[in-house]
Amino acid sequence: MEKFTKLTGVAAPLPILNIDTDMIIPKQFLKTIKRTGLGKNLFDEMRYAKDGSEVADFVLNRPAYRKASILVAGANFGCGSSREHAPWALLDFGIRCIVAASFADIFYNNCFKNGILPIKLPQAEVDKLLDDAERGANAVLTIDLEKQEITGPDGGCIAFDIDPFRKHCLLNGLDDIGLTLQKQEKINAFEGRRSREQPWL
Amino acid sequence: MAKLRTLFDKIWDSHLVDVQDDGTCLLYIDRHLVHEVTSPQAFDGLRVAGRKVRHAEATLAVADHNVPTTDRSQGIADEESRIQVQTLEDNARAFGVEYLPMDDIRQGVVHIVGPEQGFTLPGTTIVCGDSHTSTHGAFGALAFGIGTSEVEHVLATQTLVQSPAKNMLVRVDGPLPAGVTSKDLVLAIIGRLGTAGGTGYVIEYAGEAIRALSMEGRMTVCNMTIEAGARAGLIAPDQVTFDYLMGRPRAPKGAVWEAALAYWKTLSSDPGARYDAELVIDATELVPMVTWGTSPEDVLPITASVPDPADIVDGAKRAAVERSLAYMGLRPGTPLEQVAVDAVFIGSCTNGRIEDLRAAAKVMENRKVASGVRVLVVPGSGLVKEQAEQEGLDQIFLAAGAEWREPGCSMCLAMNADKLTDGERCASTSNRNFEGRQGRGGRTHLVSPTMAAAAAVTGRLTDVRKLV
Ligand code: SF4
Repeated sequence: MEKFTKLTGVAAPLPILNIDTDMIIPKQFLKTIKRTGLGKNLFDEMRYAKDGSEVADFVLNRPAYRKASILVAGANFGCGSSREHAPWALLDFGIRCIVAASFADIFYNNCFKNGILPIKLPQAEVDKLLDDAERGANAVLTIDLEKQEITGPDGGCIAFDIDPFRKHCLLNGLDDIGLTLQKQEKINAFEGRRSREQPWL
Repeated sequence: MAKLRTLFDKIWDSHLVDVQDDGTCLLYIDRHLVHEVTSPQAFDGLRVAGRKVRHAEATLAVADHNVPTTDRSQGIADEESRIQVQTLEDNARAFGVEYLPMDDIRQGVVHIVGPEQGFTLPGTTIVCGDSHTSTHGAFGALAFGIGTSEVEHVLATQTLVQSPAKNMLVRVDGPLPAGVTSKDLVLAIIGRLGTAGGTGYVIEYAGEAIRALSMEGRMTVCNMTIEAGARAGLIAPDQVTFDYLMGRPRAPKGAVWEAALAYWKTLSSDPGARYDAELVIDATELVPMVTWGTSPEDVLPITASVPDPADIVDGAKRAAVERSLAYMGLRPGTPLEQVAVDAVFIGSCTNGRIEDLRAAAKVMENRKVASGVRVLVVPGSGLVKEQAEQEGLDQIFLAAGAEWREPGCSMCLAMNADKLTDGERCASTSNRNFEGRQGRGGRTHLVSPTMAAAAAVTGRLTDVRKLV
């Protein structure tokens, strides 16, 4: 997993409530057996017309935002299915950070496994960032994970909270499985106890 | 005195392998269900790292999302679907995991197969790379959906890194009125909580109406818990649960069954245990429900009319309703019962079990599908299909003019050939009415099996209480 330390990039505004994973990556693209290549179909049904042409006014099609690496979105982002194809598609497009007032649990978790930083802020702060993001290519934000700070185009600074363990893993690009396997002995002990107490499992 | 604990607390505590100083927990996972869509990259990850599946016998694989629901003797026509299903079979074989092939009578939607096989047991932790894993909570198991990286983590370590959830109690008092089902109940709860109302919580359902539900009905309620944003739904096991489980292929037998039963009977919240939030619903006031928009929280009684965005003060909410109505092609103020449908889908892990089919068949018996309406009935598993055929339900559906299909996810998410076309409107017993969920441009109204059957015979959304 790629580390996340500091990111400076264009922020795209997507002020829709309850953006679900079917919108982020529709099911016809879930037939892949790979993790990569999904970026071109990110937000497919909003981004392309039925004939496959681009919808000109969809935010990621507008010239200023084609290289966006940050999304500022409506509350309850990522609700719906557990598909990790959603963060894979965002990552493949180049999005490394999403800011919203709230996220659905599974999606939120999935972000951290893929080096994407989801930031929860109060709605008033999100609204301010949405305003900033509307400024197009000038809407450059800097996200500093170490300091837990977002710096806006006018130099204004917003602090954010994050779970310390998740922060540690993101900063160092740590693989969860490797970390867990260091706890082998505890897992073995648990299993020993379980087979004595619950032999039906 | 020991701390009073909820059912969630008890299951959680009994599965802790490790708690880090910062509170991050390592949770043991007893059961892992695997399907073809969210697993290929996980097995691939294992292969790349040279890892094995830690407990193949705790893992069960079945393909459901991509499988055709028509004649399967020719295999799968769509190449990508075929590759994905084949990849699951190959991975299962390579890693020693049991796989139920497409022509096995036990094949079906993963959340129907687990309980049917007795793979789902009370007091266990169950995961699957699928958000509707919440279904299994009906047995008093802590069951939740995970992403593919976590699937890989569970395959490799039989554990998951988790932080504890908050506890919410939803108590449903009084009996459900005639004609009102578990689906109506859960839709009403989602309407009350909103799609994010349960975020961060595990919801425990209790109360008279929940106790009175069959296992099928309880599974419907827990299944849709994720639609309120909650991590999982839970219902304490009782005699209904034990009766359902006894004799299932993977359920314990003999003396071990007795030991398991004694343990399962301890699985309920301590009286007086504290919840972080509580919601009380009066079941006696409920009526059949239907969704009008593109989020499961967009739900109203069938007796209501399409809402008017002009009545909504909050700007973001108003914009969301306007967007939904435009997508759904509905005019504010239209009585829901006047909305005509083009298709009806009866099936999915929400409502593809035998009781659901019985209930739908009862409404359709001696009636005909309205002209121009396409009706798909898709049993949730091969075993459900067999049972339904033994009871003659297939003949009722066929005589009415519906299609009787092979088991799978089918038009719940339209990853196989079963899709709505652009602008087509469907009364569906599935769980999501998101834009494009049942096919690009397709319009979904979520309803119970009896309401779906009523729509099938009248050709419009209909209060089923008028037909019975
Ligand atoms: S039936 Fe629908 S909700 Fe259930 S597992 Fe299949 S696609 Fe998911």
